[in-house]
Amino acid sequence: MDADSKNIFEALVKAIMKRAYYTALGLMGCHDMAMELSQEAFLRAYKHFDRFDQSKNFFTWYYKFLKNLCLNAIQDKKNKKESFLESVSQESLSVDPVVAFDGSELKFMLEDSLMKLSIDDREIITLREFEGMNYKEIADLLSVPIGTVMSRLYFARKKLSDMMKSLVKN
Amino acid sequence: MNKDRFYLLCEKFFADDISQDEKVELDGYLKNYSVLNEEFIEQKRIKEVLSEMKLKNRSGEFWDGYWTSIYNKIERGFAWVAISVGAIILLGFAAYQAIENFLADTATPQFIKFGITALVIGILILAVSILREKAVAYKKDKYKEIKR
Repeated sequence: MDADSKNIFEALVKAIMKRAYYTALGLMGCHDMAMELSQEAFLRAYKHFDRFDQSKNFFTWYYKFLKNLCLNAIQDKKNKKESFLESVSQESLSVDPVVAFDGSELKFMLEDSLMKLSIDDREIITLREFEGMNYKEIADLLSVPIGTVMSRLYFARKKLSDMMKSLVKN
Repeated sequence: MNKDRFYLLCEKFFADDISQDEKVELDGYLKNYSVLNEEFIEQKRIKEVLSEMKLKNRSGEFWDGYWTSIYNKIERGFAWVAISVGAIILLGFAAYQAIENFLADTATPQFIKFGITALVIGILILAVSILREKAVAYKKDKYKEIKR
């Protein structure tokens, strides 16, 4: 790879590294795995950088490497369980919208429920709810129509809600 | 009742991208179908819960080190390739020299020479066979990106 390409690669990595790490964190629920997999995906992207069409979105191209690595890691089932969410506000929630739980209980319930979802459901929730991507961006990233994104999101949230309810019952 | 339409309207509502006509349509669904109304309330609640949470923030130092770590890994990858190529060439040459000297040595009995030659040839065939098997499996495996 020539110096120009290296500089371009560096600039592209720096532009998307936060999104890459946080998406991996949402999918894996573990800092170490998110760090390792998002960086490994960048190494793979670097190896195949000559195949990247620079008129296209780099994150969309990179995401295929990342998702494959995450799927591999999930199949390995060696993930360590650790806390990966925090409250937006520092105050604990006095009244939880679902049931009366304080912020930390809610956080653990949500983490537990998220990790019990399928990777497809967790992926769509992470991209939309935590990464704040719009429907069009998600549709481009996953190569599906916007309508599919909307219905997948709707059902993923429904499953998440059901998971949380069953945790409350237990 | 068109459920797909209802899901779409809900998402538009949540994304704050709903037109006046669509809002009226959504309200119609919610008014006429109690099941959909319950689902809508449930969706709204879970949206609120999700909006109260975010992925754990990382410090500035973390992001400073992130690219450096990738750069180091790329650099080390090149170093390992160079070391491996150098090692293969040197070890190959050393092995060739050792075998040549061994075969030229008149003091070693013929049957020992034959035994060692057979052993080396066996190891080489085994190595080639394993490498070929791996290469064929890699080419044919359409799920090679996924570890099992």
